[in-house]
Amino acid sequence: MFWRRREGPTDPLEAAVEPIAVVRPRRERSGMGLRARPSGLGARLRSILSAGSPATAATWDDVEEALIGADVGAATTLELVDAARERFRAAGGRSGDDVRRALATEIRDRLERIGSGRFELGDAPSVILFVGVNGTGKTTSLAKLAHRLSAEGHTLALAAADTFRAAAVEQLRIWGEQLGVPVIAQRAGADPGAVAFDAIVAAQARNLDVVLVDTAGRLQNKQQLMDELAKIRRVIERRLPGQPRHVLLVLDATTGQNGLMQAEAFSREVGVTGIILTKLDGTAKGGIVLAVAERLGVPIIFAGVGEEIDALAPFDPEAFVEWLFAE
Amino acid sequence: MFESLSARLQGISERLRGKARITEADLEVALREIRLALLEADVNFRVVKDFVARVRERAVGSDLLTGLNPGQQIVKIVHEELVAVLGGARHHLSLAAKPSVLMMVGLQGSGKTTTAAKLAVRLRRDGKKPLLVAADVYRPAAVDQLVQLGDQIGVEVHTRPVGTPALEVARSGLEEARQRDVDVMILDTAGRLHVDEAMMDELVRIVGAVTPAETLLIVDAMTGQEAVRVADAFHAKLPVTGLVLTKMDGDARGGAALSIRAATGLPIAFLGTGERTDGLEAFHPDRLAQRILGMGDILSFVERVQENVDQAEAERVAQRMMENRFTLEDFRSQLNQIKKMGPIGQLLGMIPGAGQMAGAAQEAVDSGQMKRIEAIIDSMTPEERRRPEIIKASRRRRIALGSGSSTAEVNRLLKQFVEMQRMMKKFSGGKMPRMGGGLGALLGR
Repeated sequence: MFWRRREGPTDPLEAAVEPIAVVRPRRERSGMGLRARPSGLGARLRSILSAGSPATAATWDDVEEALIGADVGAATTLELVDAARERFRAAGGRSGDDVRRALATEIRDRLERIGSGRFELGDAPSVILFVGVNGTGKTTSLAKLAHRLSAEGHTLALAAADTFRAAAVEQLRIWGEQLGVPVIAQRAGADPGAVAFDAIVAAQARNLDVVLVDTAGRLQNKQQLMDELAKIRRVIERRLPGQPRHVLLVLDATTGQNGLMQAEAFSREVGVTGIILTKLDGTAKGGIVLAVAERLGVPIIFAGVGEEIDALAPFDPEAFVEWLFAE
Repeated sequence: MFESLSARLQGISERLRGKARITEADLEVALREIRLALLEADVNFRVVKDFVARVRERAVGSDLLTGLNPGQQIVKIVHEELVAVLGGARHHLSLAAKPSVLMMVGLQGSGKTTTAAKLAVRLRRDGKKPLLVAADVYRPAAVDQLVQLGDQIGVEVHTRPVGTPALEVARSGLEEARQRDVDVMILDTAGRLHVDEAMMDELVRIVGAVTPAETLLIVDAMTGQEAVRVADAFHAKLPVTGLVLTKMDGDARGGAALSIRAATGLPIAFLGTGERTDGLEAFHPDRLAQRILGMGDILSFVERVQENVDQAEAERVAQRMMENRFTLEDFRSQLNQIKKMGPIGQLLGMIPGAGQMAGAAQEAVDSGQMKRIEAIIDSMTPEERRRPEIIKASRRRRIALGSGSSTAEVNRLLKQFVEMQRMMKKFSGGKMPRMGGGLGALLGR
């Protein structure tokens, strides 16, 4: 349960947003919480760091291994563990429990320092650009954020600027219908910058608060596709100086060390302002975000925690770390 | 940021220079680098442990071979061990029954639908009649996606109205496959989490209903440490017969393949590269080993060339070059052949050391230079293509207008072409290398 529960009255759209797939077997979920998987990092760490037992050199080795097993990456793991060990010594730590506390504080502080979990829309119309490699869940995350924002009372437009992948426009259209939000689209193969432009013009004409721009997935080593993305950004900037307010990189929690290269490349080309970490309802812990936060200083803004439309939550470093270490 | 293993071991080589044997202390330093390199390549940490232990065993006290420095020698041992784990892993589809069912399973976003279309293209190329069945009834527009891909590649797609359960779609798909005399039914399913019991049970029921001859687990090459757990879970529930590793055109090392192979013993059937429907490659253990170690992939390049170059056409063009009759028409046909091989950057990326060039070449193509050349040639009359010397000022203006370029660009192309012809004349003393020089040499003919 590492995000903040949505507060306030019941979502007026709830009834309208039954899952698309009516035949999908509904899963049970206790509240809105992430389910800790027995085989996850938490269980491993818990057995390593059983409270009271004195911490030894082997304890730290095991902690390292657990972090690497969570995709934190070798280099970042060593840094984190060194810093945590420093903290542990300074606090006069002795037990496995102290190790755990030192590490948790270290990770949480680093995530908080860079502003993880903070999300403000700013002046209307606010443009949010969704970017990422193929198959990380850009369109789904966009729909979830649209749901959240419209539940908060914002007016929206969705821009179907993934004009490349077969049926991507249809996918966004279906979400738009479900959410009761206008979708600005052109034909498949159209210039994605032009779609973004149209959406902004439409938003201005209708006085809408937010434009969410979906883009085609692209591998970060394809320079021509990255150039295309930079162009979409320029089109938005030219029409609305100061926008896009947010460039959100959608990162799949099951991604390994390549996630860092993704974050580097997308940051370089389009100036990523934050990360949406998706698919946290599996067994993956998404540890690569710690490397991304550490190396690039890009905050994690939202977490995707399930297939339901409301399964997107503001990222809460404190709760994330707790979940990371939970049983 | 991610150095290749050979680069990492370079420093160790320096230290070991002049020594006749690798000592244990030297080895520990090298093994640490190997461990880090494998972890950076996303090989599961448990697999890394076992693997490094095996390398240690082999390397301790091994005599240094002449011609290889100690670093290279360790790389060689690591490479051989990698091939040993990956090897024997090459999987050939067994689709003898008619119709055979080929089922795609995997996590969300791993590339099942795209791979289904690629497999259809490949099977048809091998003389089979495929049918695609769209049983991803959950993701919005997933069925549309497969239908559009089917249209693109000219393969029938079996669909059912929205709301039909996946099991029902699979059953009626098999029915249609039987009626239409289809060889292979490719069943696309929805992405699902391995821990989602209800969804996993759905797959179990589908397997029960259509008894797939092959069940392929589709895995994203970028997958990290979780790959083992995911593969284990799918493998435990379903009769998975092989793996497809997708998005191999990215820059992930693909260590997940090693993890899954070591942990489950599942063989690797194909590698997915690129979003084009022809981007599916046969798996070669040695090449993947090189990739995990950060080396290039020259063999895939040669194979791609062989698969796509029309040999007869190449010979015809070569003949014309020899006889000094090379025209703009022949040049145009060469450009076409190169294009057929796929994105040029991807091709060059397979050659060790050509990484930089790959970007530049791809840019040349993307910035439209290649297209412009084609447009200019296409705007000429057949007579002009055969005898470019007749192209004078007024023809140049017409060609420039027709191709949306400038007369300066037309001039440049013509000048380059004359230069090319001049070069060919030099070679045509009988020592002319075949078709474009480089290609012939690469093909070893």
